[in-house]
Amino acid sequence: MKKRFHFQYILRLSKSLPFGEVRRGFFFLLLAFCLLPFASFTQQQRFPKPEFSTGYEQPSTVVPEPRALAFEYFDVAVLLIVLSLTTWAVLKKRSRQYVLWLSLFTLAYFGFYREGCICSIGSIQNVTLSFANPNYAISVTALLFFVLPLAFTLFFGRTFCAGACPLGAIQDVVIMKPISLPKWLNKTLGLIPYLYLSLAVLFAATGTDFIICRYDPFVGIFRMDAKFHMVVLGIAFLLMGMFVARPYCRFLCPYSVLLSWMSRFSRHHMTITPSKCIQCKLCASSCPFDAIDYPTNEKEVIKSGLGPKRFLTYALVIPLWMAIGVFVGAKSHTFLSKANPDVYLAELLISKPEIKNDKDNIDVQTFLSSGKTLEMLVKEAEIIRNKFYIGSMIAGGFMGLVIGMTLLNTVVFRKRQDYEPHRGNCLSCARCMNYCPVEK
Amino acid sequence: METNKTQNRRKFIQNGVRLSLLLSLGTVSAAALRRVTADDYVWQIDPFECTQCGRCATECVKKPSAVKCVHAYALCGYCDLCGGYLKPGAIARDTGAENQLCPTAAIERRFIEEPYFEYIINEDLCIGCAKCVKGCTSFGNGSLHLQIIHDICDNCNECAIARVCPSNAIKRVKASEAYMVKGDFKKPKA
Repeated sequence: MKKRFHFQYILRLSKSLPFGEVRRGFFFLLLAFCLLPFASFTQQQRFPKPEFSTGYEQPSTVVPEPRALAFEYFDVAVLLIVLSLTTWAVLKKRSRQYVLWLSLFTLAYFGFYREGCICSIGSIQNVTLSFANPNYAISVTALLFFVLPLAFTLFFGRTFCAGACPLGAIQDVVIMKPISLPKWLNKTLGLIPYLYLSLAVLFAATGTDFIICRYDPFVGIFRMDAKFHMVVLGIAFLLMGMFVARPYCRFLCPYSVLLSWMSRFSRHHMTITPSKCIQCKLCASSCPFDAIDYPTNEKEVIKSGLGPKRFLTYALVIPLWMAIGVFVGAKSHTFLSKANPDVYLAELLISKPEIKNDKDNIDVQTFLSSGKTLEMLVKEAEIIRNKFYIGSMIAGGFMGLVIGMTLLNTVVFRKRQDYEPHRGNCLSCARCMNYCPVEK
Repeated sequence: METNKTQNRRKFIQNGVRLSLLLSLGTVSAAALRRVTADDYVWQIDPFECTQCGRCATECVKKPSAVKCVHAYALCGYCDLCGGYLKPGAIARDTGAENQLCPTAAIERRFIEEPYFEYIINEDLCIGCAKCVKGCTSFGNGSLHLQIIHDICDNCNECAIARVCPSNAIKRVKASEAYMVKGDFKKPKA
């Protein structure tokens, strides 16, 4: 189309001009015009490479190599060593001091030296993407960073959180005067990680975004450089963390969901006291995370009237919660899918066709010059939106299940004679051990 | 005796759940292991898909950006009238600041022999704005092009520029083939 236009234009022009030199010039122009579109197709050079007569030697393009693969494996080795040492320090050595030093090392190495990348929390998305996108193969490093802490937690409790997580470490060192949150608030805020996890998996699976990495509040501090709002968020978390201990770990971290599942059934979870509890309650006031369960007072349980009946009701309501979740998910998928750039662009072009004339809108202009038709874009966007439809229903159902199970858990009473760490929430930081007066 | 029984039952359930958690963790990792690559990933710009929008200069988490202009000398025409070096409508073809397209004067122009000039990118000054790339691609051979320089790049899990790249030119590539420098890297046939 374009070429024909040039051709006619030149023909018309050449007719109106006399023959001779001018005409010959036009032949060159014509040639140039015809070659121009070809040049980009065949990769021919518009200007041929010169032949130098002065013996000039053409420099070669130098590009520095990326970080060697060996160093990536070194990171895995460091993680493995730190994990093992922390586990040993918590379970065998029973020393807060050792855990503290290990977490400081983690903060320095994985935090400030490795600048927060790669981390186990973000690796959830890599694993998800490797399942969702056939063109993406996960690297061994990312997979090991995902699996190792979970495997350790399944056997020894959340020692990863205590000593091997840089995000945990930076919050741990700023704890000044932790306050105890009411139980209902703890439980309610504890639902956020589930929501965060489902959204992170949804966004990663649809190839939209890695929200865990994007909204990591501390990576900006590790790198000493970030967007303004992320710096504000990071500092806000640290300030809050002085009084509400480790707020990100307890009320946001999506990896904590998986760790908490593993830890609940861990084989050798740490214990507060090395031998027999003397019910002194010192440990409970030492725990900044409200993760120590009190001994059950059976009289109170009977008085509160919570019993099998309520348990049954709550259990039967779970499907209803799930149905509500699926409904909410189905309703919100349109909104959620707008986070995907393709869907967003397609919607924009349909709802505001006049945006095509906006020369400053880079996305629209790039799309228009890419040769892709609107139909193709809409088709792609529809496929992505469909994924969002299914994905957000699953996520909604999952959230419903979590809410239902959390409620159900509030009416389940386990008999406890002693002060015990809550296996799901305990971060194995070993503070309580320091306070326990019982000698080994 | 009674408590013993409860304890045994609880232990049995715990063991069962632990085993199933271990199994599911194993399944997930085995499934991921089937699609694993021993190579690591890095981010790189496909120069043939890049539209020189200028976002590389502003969106990278590094300041200045880890994206720099590289020069494929093998493709360069060594033009005197260089579309990547001189501003459109420049008064003179010389190294005068008012004639330079590059906002940071990161391109050095050197006379080789009549009528050829060599252009060298000073990486420390380059901010990856792609102005020269646009000029060179539109009017010249396209020997100037953007690449992510890996000793600067943090290799974020998700590249902040890739997220907003309008032409999806930034991709994960294998770390063993970390660059798409024009000349060695040919345009893939459609």
